[in-house]
Amino acid sequence: MNDKELRELTREFLSNNDHQTMDKVDFLRARFDAGLAWVHFPTGLGGLDLPRAMQSVVDEELAGTPDNEPRRIGIGLGMAAPTILTFGTEEQKQRYLRPLWIGEEVWCQLFSEPGAGSDLAAVGTRAVKDGDDWLVTGQKVWTSSAHNARFAILLARTDPDLPKHAGLSYFILDMTDPGVEVRPLRQITGEAEFNEVFMTDARVPDANRLGAVGEGWKVAQTTLMNERVAIGSRPTPGGSMADVVAQTWRDNPDKHTPELHDRLLDLWTRSEALRLAGARLRQQLAAGAPGPEGSAMKLAFAQLAQQVSGLEVELLGEDGLRYDDWTLRRPEKVDFVGRGAGYRYLRAKGNSIEGGTSEVLRNIIAERVLGLPAEPRTDTKVAWKDLPR
Amino acid sequence: MNLLYTDVETDLRASVRDLLTDRAQPAAVLARCETDQPYDLDLWRELVGLGATSLHVPEELGGQGASVRETAVVMEELGRFVAPVPFLGSAVLATTALLGCKPSNEVRELLGAIGDGSTIATLALSLATAPGSTTPDTIRSGSGLSGRIRSVADARVADVLVVPAQGQDGLELHAVPVAQQGVTVTPATSLDLTRPIADVTLDGATSTPLAGPESAESAVDSALWTGAGLLASEQLGIAEWCLDTTVAYLKDRNQFGRPVGSFQALKHRLADVWQDLVLARAVARNAADDPGQLAASMAKSLCSTVAVHAAEECVQLHGGIGMTWEHPAHLYLKRAKADSIALGTAGRHRQLLAPHANITA
Repeated sequence: MNDKELRELTREFLSNNDHQTMDKVDFLRARFDAGLAWVHFPTGLGGLDLPRAMQSVVDEELAGTPDNEPRRIGIGLGMAAPTILTFGTEEQKQRYLRPLWIGEEVWCQLFSEPGAGSDLAAVGTRAVKDGDDWLVTGQKVWTSSAHNARFAILLARTDPDLPKHAGLSYFILDMTDPGVEVRPLRQITGEAEFNEVFMTDARVPDANRLGAVGEGWKVAQTTLMNERVAIGSRPTPGGSMADVVAQTWRDNPDKHTPELHDRLLDLWTRSEALRLAGARLRQQLAAGAPGPEGSAMKLAFAQLAQQVSGLEVELLGEDGLRYDDWTLRRPEKVDFVGRGAGYRYLRAKGNSIEGGTSEVLRNIIAERVLGLPAEPRTDTKVAWKDLPR
Repeated sequence: MNLLYTDVETDLRASVRDLLTDRAQPAAVLARCETDQPYDLDLWRELVGLGATSLHVPEELGGQGASVRETAVVMEELGRFVAPVPFLGSAVLATTALLGCKPSNEVRELLGAIGDGSTIATLALSLATAPGSTTPDTIRSGSGLSGRIRSVADARVADVLVVPAQGQDGLELHAVPVAQQGVTVTPATSLDLTRPIADVTLDGATSTPLAGPESAESAVDSALWTGAGLLASEQLGIAEWCLDTTVAYLKDRNQFGRPVGSFQALKHRLADVWQDLVLARAVARNAADDPGQLAASMAKSLCSTVAVHAAEECVQLHGGIGMTWEHPAHLYLKRAKADSIALGTAGRHRQLLAPHANITA
């Protein structure tokens, strides 16, 4: 199928399904069943076995119709779905993918733990076999959407006697299980975007395992690779951040100093450079020659966002001494440029931590892009239970 | 907007790099810089032979009929080798100034001579001149051109100086042959060993007028803006050499029983240089593709910082050997630092950006 045929198919779908009269969920179900949800997925699972890039044809034609609120269900779309597609059984694919894409069932990701952050392979949440089920006990952290989620993708330790990468397995956890408790995790901004999840003998049927027992690390790699693709394909928000501060500058002529002026222009230049680097990256992709430059983008964005937002608080002078609101809130969506300057400054501190710290990213760049040798490791050959914790 | 390298540009880079690999190895460049012939004019003639020195000159004016994009690729390679050739003075500044003049016979003749390598020229302005701030140090009167111009790049090997001079009705542009009594070129002891500067004194020098007040100022401006944008590509080449060389050294050098490149403290610094290079390449290509002032100032301000940082890291991460005269790292540090002043500092270009960004003081 070429672009033109896909466009015609989409128009035909639209003429048979009037989104203005149909219920939103019915419309989305029909779209999924027509293969127009994610065209790169297989036929029968919301797709048409087409290249991922052709999705833009569908998105253009369906612009203005009800969507599945991709930001609300980003973890399901970006991480759970590709992992289920790669490692799931036929039953699992049929059961989970449709309600996931439609947004009827929200997903969250139970990976990070208080004792396993950058070193994800060290997770200690235990899954112990109990007949045809597994009993899961442990604590997860930094879980977005856990309080709204119906299901979670879960990385747990099934064999503590093996080295850390070998003793992991990957499960789908029902978040309504009585053994699951979700608590808000308040951040330095005052908000609680994330949660802590405590599991006490939470029951997972063995049929909800993704991949073989002991293959959890491999399955998790697929999830994380897709997370990077999802993050990388988003437009870089660095530009809008610099725009916000530039506006604050224009609005506060009484607070101008030559020193702040030069710093602001420097950051504005870096922000434009980041935008151009993003444009160059897309040109490389379009030319079929993706380079390693993508891994520079998150690093550069985090640094820029922190410097720009820090400058804004300083630029505000006395007003920078005030904060808009410390009330514990549960925001539906994260907006890096939303709220006040103080919020932006504090929220930006997370940019160099979430989704891979800047330090880990620098290791990845140094080792995979520049080819520098890895640090000698002491943790990969011994049994997980014998590692210092 | 194309921020990538075209196939033609990639081929051009390969030819230039082959030539420079053959003729401009660091040891040879280093050995030359303290002799009385700091420029490699044989190498220069080879570059002329490749057509690399007249790329953005239209064919009807004797050039290759390409664009600044291709000249920028040559600048990257010349930066990568800190090649001691008068490319900035002759092929960029003088040439671009001439392209901004009405194509009179005199202008055509000089462009032709620069293009075929029979003449080396440079723009008689201090290398530290930022675009948009030309106040000529030279005055034209009945007895010829007179004035003193400090710190002119490539003047030491120039046959002809393209001189902005104050005439009765405004700025004029003149061609001044160096071989005459009224011209003295005094080499300075330059920070940058591979692009030496010289002080020029004109005392009643005879000249050929190239442009009068109607176009002289825009011709000089165009040369400086184009030069600033192109220097960003040279700075990119400098930074690339510094990163590549440091990475190779850190893989090879062992201390504490392992390659020093396996220590995070050093790896992270190199990852930062690499990240800077990703941004620098984007803005340098943008300036090569888009001749506007905004693109040039963005590229020059960012790449100045990036090249100096890369060269400083190169010296530091090499440890003791990086501090020796014998190791070429200092040639790159000196070029990077001089380039950061040339044609407007990073800070000056940020100020020039202010109205474009609508972030005014």
